[in-house]
Amino acid sequence: MNYIAIKMLMGDTGKYIGIVIGLTFASLIMTQQPAIFMGFIARSYSFITDLGLPDVWVMDSKVQFIDDIKPLQDTELYRVRGISGIEWAMPLYKGMLKARMDDGTFQNCNVIGLDDTTLIGAPPIMLEGKVEDLRRSDSVIVDIDGATEKLARPPLVAGGAKIPLKIGDNLELNDRRAIVVGIAKVTRTFQSQPVVYTTYSRAKSYAPRERRQLSFVLVKAKAGQDLHELTQRITANTGLAAYTRQEFMDLTFWYLMKNTGIPINFGVSVLFGFIIGAAIAGQTFYNFTLDNIRQFGVLKAMGASNGTLLRMILLQAVFVGSIGYGIGVGLTALFGFAMRHSILAFQFSFQLLIFSGLGVSVICVFAALISIVKVMRLEPAIVFKS
Amino acid sequence: MCLKVNMNVAVRCENLTKTYDTGEQKVTALNNVNLEIRLAELMMLVGPSGCGKTTLISIIAGILNQDAGLCELFGENLLTMKSADKLRFRATKIGFVFQAFNLLPALNAAENVAVPLIINGVKREVAQRRAIDVLERVGLGERWKSLPAQLSGGQQQRVAIARALVHSPNLIVCDEPTSALDHKSGHNVMNLLKEVAVDDNRALVIVTHDARIFSFADRIAEMDDGHIISISDSPKTA
Repeated sequence: MNYIAIKMLMGDTGKYIGIVIGLTFASLIMTQQPAIFMGFIARSYSFITDLGLPDVWVMDSKVQFIDDIKPLQDTELYRVRGISGIEWAMPLYKGMLKARMDDGTFQNCNVIGLDDTTLIGAPPIMLEGKVEDLRRSDSVIVDIDGATEKLARPPLVAGGAKIPLKIGDNLELNDRRAIVVGIAKVTRTFQSQPVVYTTYSRAKSYAPRERRQLSFVLVKAKAGQDLHELTQRITANTGLAAYTRQEFMDLTFWYLMKNTGIPINFGVSVLFGFIIGAAIAGQTFYNFTLDNIRQFGVLKAMGASNGTLLRMILLQAVFVGSIGYGIGVGLTALFGFAMRHSILAFQFSFQLLIFSGLGVSVICVFAALISIVKVMRLEPAIVFKS
Repeated sequence: MCLKVNMNVAVRCENLTKTYDTGEQKVTALNNVNLEIRLAELMMLVGPSGCGKTTLISIIAGILNQDAGLCELFGENLLTMKSADKLRFRATKIGFVFQAFNLLPALNAAENVAVPLIINGVKREVAQRRAIDVLERVGLGERWKSLPAQLSGGQQQRVAIARALVHSPNLIVCDEPTSALDHKSGHNVMNLLKEVAVDDNRALVIVTHDARIFSFADRIAEMDDGHIISISDSPKTA
């Protein structure tokens, strides 16, 4: 009977395509929108994930997320270094500074100041130049996206392409000269601002004068040291907040979830995708069943049980569901592939496959259920009505 | 009226009553109907629209329950049967031919004919081979791959007859099998039914108001207003 069920389904080409389109749409929206959302979220803590070396981040206890900088006094670094279980502790500056462009406009940049000696926290991938070049005077490393887009020089002719920043070019950060000595590849940040790396002491000189300028203390735990014990010890001894990398990422994630409209916006999109997909697929599937109600009646009259017809309808639902889901997920993957070099955030994880799979399954069950009820209640005697 | 039990009786109806409740009023479709259909017999049920013919064959075919009275098929009372047994009984003992053919449009002729066998658990490949054999018997062996839409009305009804025969049922129930066909096609279909469907172990009951085919009947039961008003042993002339 499975064969008959599939032939019946595919025999009505128009409705078959309609159901598949509905499910494809639902599947696409339920994967593409959350993938963009997850991409945004991942960008919000991309700076933490890019810095692979430190085990623990130490900061002011009022910090709510990665970009919520509440500077510390430099002396806090030494207090942290004095705590047992720490292999090393290094300063990190992180702040937004204005870069003056050649055409006189200003561009906000995310300036990162690394420990002058060790350069811990340096960009993970250097495309041009070397991290060590930061030891040269006035040197900075710029991320490739910033160098080619927001910090790029104006075109030589009107309407022409911008000229990417390259090694040897100058920048003006807070009225001070900065020379580009390297181009790095880093994960885009949430606000997609250019990222400029320099040394800690130079970053402080670029930044406006403040009594407190230390953003974070990056800590590496000694081998075998329990990280949770270490964070508790740091907090107990200094009064500062100390988080493992994962805890700091979670802190940033939940701040965005609770304090911005982003999850609601994406949630609404996903919900609409689900509802519209369910409506299209459910209605079309139900219409398909209604159109074939006499055929189901014939099968019932000829001795097919309700259980057999139920299995047929479920198989039809699973069949269109699988195809719609596959196409939807495939289109999302293609979308992600096509956008891989664009500014768009996109992170397509296996959890999203499960999420949208469950969503499409719910739609299929819903679509099948209303048809099943109709067929179960069907009197086979309708076959004798002309 | 009480009918004597006979080994040659395929269907025995006694005091059958069926009422439809439409909400506003009750309509009595069958009122104390008594009927016996014998094996190897082609029985026609005739009468005006709304006289209860379709209700009677629905009860005989086991797809509708009567309110009162007895309906036995080959000595079995379908009303007291468990639902699963009734389905199995219907799947194995009864074949159907409908006025609108009711072929599955997405299946080709052989696949349509194979449906009763598949319902009875026969493997698809085996069922399809047997279906092609039966299609050859009804003269459509060459057209087994054709979809219903590619066949004429007469050919579709021949496929439907093949479908009714393929699982060798003991009773074939036909509802207006010729009303959608022209005279020639209808005549051919009746000739075919008479030729391939009637045998010693099988009975045919045909509901019709197509007077042109009355001559094919062995007996004709005439109905009116929920009653059988006459049963004539000799067929009327078409």
